[in-house]
Amino acid sequence: MQSQLPLYPESASNFAPDVDGLMLFIVGVCIFFAVLITVAIVYFFFRYKRKTPDEIGAPIHGDLRLEITWIVLPFFLLLSMFGWGAVVYVDYRHIPSNTLDVYVIGKQWMWKLEQPNGRREINELHVPVNRNVRLILASEDVIHDFSVPAFRVKMDVVPGHYNSMWFRPTKAGRYHFFCSQYCGTSHAIMGGWVTVMEPDDYAAWLAGSTGSGDPVALGARLYNDLACNTCHSPDGKGRGPSYNGVYGSKVRLADGSTVVADDAYIRESILQPTAKIVAGYQPVMPSFQGLVSEDQILALTAYIKAQKDQPVPVKPAAGEPATGKK
Amino acid sequence: MDGTTTAATGEFQLPREHYLNAKYGIRSWLLTTDHKRIALLYLASVTFFFFVGGIFATLIRIHLLTPNGLLVTPETYNKLFTMHGVAMIFFFLIPSIPAVLGNFLIPIMIGAKDLAFPKINLLSWYIYLVGGCFVLYSFGTGGLDTGWTFYTPLSSIYSNSAVTPAVIGIFINGFSSILTGLNFLVTVHTMRAPGMTWFRLPLFVWAHYATSLIMVLGTPVIAITLLLAGLERMFHFGFFNPAYGGDPILFQHLFWFYSHPAVYIMILPAMGVISEIIPTFVRKPIFGYSFIAASSIGIAVIGFIVWAHHMFVTGEATYAAIAFSFLSYIVAVPSAVKVFNWTATLYKGSISYDTPMLYALGFIGLFTIGGLTGLFLACLGLDIHLHDTYFVIAHFHYIMVGGAVMGYVGGLHFWWPKITGRLYPEYLARAAAIILFIGFNLTFFPQFILGGLGSPRRYSNYPPEFQVLNVMSTAGASILALGYLLPMVYLTWSMRYGKIAGPNPWPTTGLEWKTNSPPLTENFHETPVVDWEPYDFVHRPDLGLKGAKPPGKLAPAHGDD
Repeated sequence: MQSQLPLYPESASNFAPDVDGLMLFIVGVCIFFAVLITVAIVYFFFRYKRKTPDEIGAPIHGDLRLEITWIVLPFFLLLSMFGWGAVVYVDYRHIPSNTLDVYVIGKQWMWKLEQPNGRREINELHVPVNRNVRLILASEDVIHDFSVPAFRVKMDVVPGHYNSMWFRPTKAGRYHFFCSQYCGTSHAIMGGWVTVMEPDDYAAWLAGSTGSGDPVALGARLYNDLACNTCHSPDGKGRGPSYNGVYGSKVRLADGSTVVADDAYIRESILQPTAKIVAGYQPVMPSFQGLVSEDQILALTAYIKAQKDQPVPVKPAAGEPATGKK
Repeated sequence: MDGTTTAATGEFQLPREHYLNAKYGIRSWLLTTDHKRIALLYLASVTFFFFVGGIFATLIRIHLLTPNGLLVTPETYNKLFTMHGVAMIFFFLIPSIPAVLGNFLIPIMIGAKDLAFPKINLLSWYIYLVGGCFVLYSFGTGGLDTGWTFYTPLSSIYSNSAVTPAVIGIFINGFSSILTGLNFLVTVHTMRAPGMTWFRLPLFVWAHYATSLIMVLGTPVIAITLLLAGLERMFHFGFFNPAYGGDPILFQHLFWFYSHPAVYIMILPAMGVISEIIPTFVRKPIFGYSFIAASSIGIAVIGFIVWAHHMFVTGEATYAAIAFSFLSYIVAVPSAVKVFNWTATLYKGSISYDTPMLYALGFIGLFTIGGLTGLFLACLGLDIHLHDTYFVIAHFHYIMVGGAVMGYVGGLHFWWPKITGRLYPEYLARAAAIILFIGFNLTFFPQFILGGLGSPRRYSNYPPEFQVLNVMSTAGASILALGYLLPMVYLTWSMRYGKIAGPNPWPTTGLEWKTNSPPLTENFHETPVVDWEPYDFVHRPDLGLKGAKPPGKLAPAHGDD
């Protein structure tokens, strides 16, 4: 139970101790300097109070050694804050493998979240304790931000980009999450609760419902409805590359570079197909910008992901009349 | 200095002729090219916008007394904080010290008759007014709810408020800033009196020189950025909205490229004010003159390459974030240098606690807290938690209100005798300074704790556990409001009824104190020749202080560049 006048938020993720340690260190340094300056001012103020109306102070112009001291010393203290802060940040931005992936879509003014098995929630997020969780964030309109103070994490949800964030909850319980990037009229109510559960409870909860259906099945349906299959045939003989085995693999591009086929790559390839052309194919795919919703992109991604372990077809040989984009 | 004292009583009288009585009538004000009169025109207009922004702030604080919001709908609340920010930043804080005090003082401080381009100076004021009218039109016709940061695509597509006139208003107002900055730069380069070398310039002038660099180099970027957002809104050009093929993050880069240096436009002039006040009331040279002057330039230059520290959680590249965090820590060094030097100036001084000195000491304390809390936000790991919370609000109010506004109000008190020729009631003024200091801390310190708890900014309602801290903040704000109303009342009163000040009431060393209060339209009877070092109380027998030595054989000024 929170007190009437809380001073610090609950700690419930792997990042909380790191961030709190940093906070303590910087608070300590700052209090030291604030006290130093304050004590000096107050002491000088009374010690050197003007005694007669026409008195003047000692004509001291400066001191090079002091100047160097108060340039160099703070510099190294600042450097230590910078370095420590960077270490925590790199850890936060480097997402570990084998995470539990939850898709999060922000729109004015609600959050839609989708568990790996397709179970959907609105403004609620259930996650198991002590498991690395990755949130893949997309926005349907303006910039939002998914922020969980008890986990000490937040990340902007930017339209046109996929952002990812991760954390490992360390304590079961219910914690606030907020939208913390101003997003318009009802910004202040665009929040909800993260429920951290014991793994068994989470498994039971997850099995309780699959919501509006398995995302892979939905993606498979879209694959036909949007006529993706006319070009992207599983055998790789179409004008576009096959989906089999693509997800998570390194794809070689027409310009000779390679790219890892992750969620962001797949999303970009649907919305801006000409941004990255797979080697051996032509840029002939039309953009699906405005034709598919963020939900549908997630379903298609889930479908493509499900083809990860399908046999990869042999690439068309070079020189063959090459065809299409992935 | 004719006619300023009557030998019989030692009481001062106003000079027979000065810039205020040189001409009368509304035309003599609206068509004036006298930098001092233009400064007063600015004083009236920025005070007006301070009132407008202050009323919005008052409504915000009343609304936040209860978790569900006491006063207005969420939509109106969003407009209140947006309009508070726009009025205060673009129409009060940025012009306040440069356009009022800088305008009035820079020519006198360097011994010139006016700025280099007096008509352009007047033009700046009119441009400011036209920009201000567009923004007021936006406020009056539906208001503005995008946040003062105008983040796209919210501002360019989704907002239903009067964004276009506001954006046009700020675009126009930018030219006012650019012209003022240009005017200052040319004036400082070309119009210094004989003997006024670069290293005899008052630190106030150095600070404005640095500020002017930022104004001239940075303002075009914000102007064009907001114009692009306006074009996207009006004609659906795809600059920032991904649905049209734009990138919303691009807007943030462009916006902060100006808006971070803009923070230094607000704080550097205040630092200049403090650097004038402290030596005056300590009666000794400022400690480390060249380090304070150089740190102003250092802040202005490094300040241009820290902007992306506003974007650590937008998904920007990790390496970019690391670089910007590092540079943000570097810019803390010159700020710290100033604080240490001001504090060291007090050592072995002869300190009085006249009102401007109380403001200056308050400034050091509040700016120190504001600057130190910036270290929390520059820290990558910590910013993940604190970004976009009330911690940020508290931090920048400590810089902008605790720093810039305290500097501005302190400076107004310090130069009030010069501007009006009269003194304000001293004890009332000291009381107001203390009330402001207490009210300010009570308002904004609780917001650091709110931010640490994760309370997000720009929320019209909040979880109930945050109420106690919000109530404290609102209580502080009511004290703060009193602290602002008091000077407005007694300064206005003193314009007519205040005691006559005389040319140099404190007394102090700057060139502006060698002329009448109020000065002549031409500032000086004849061009002054500077043969003393800045803030030197010893070789100035004209000040009538104990232990003064004759001017002596000072080394001649290094050339007359």
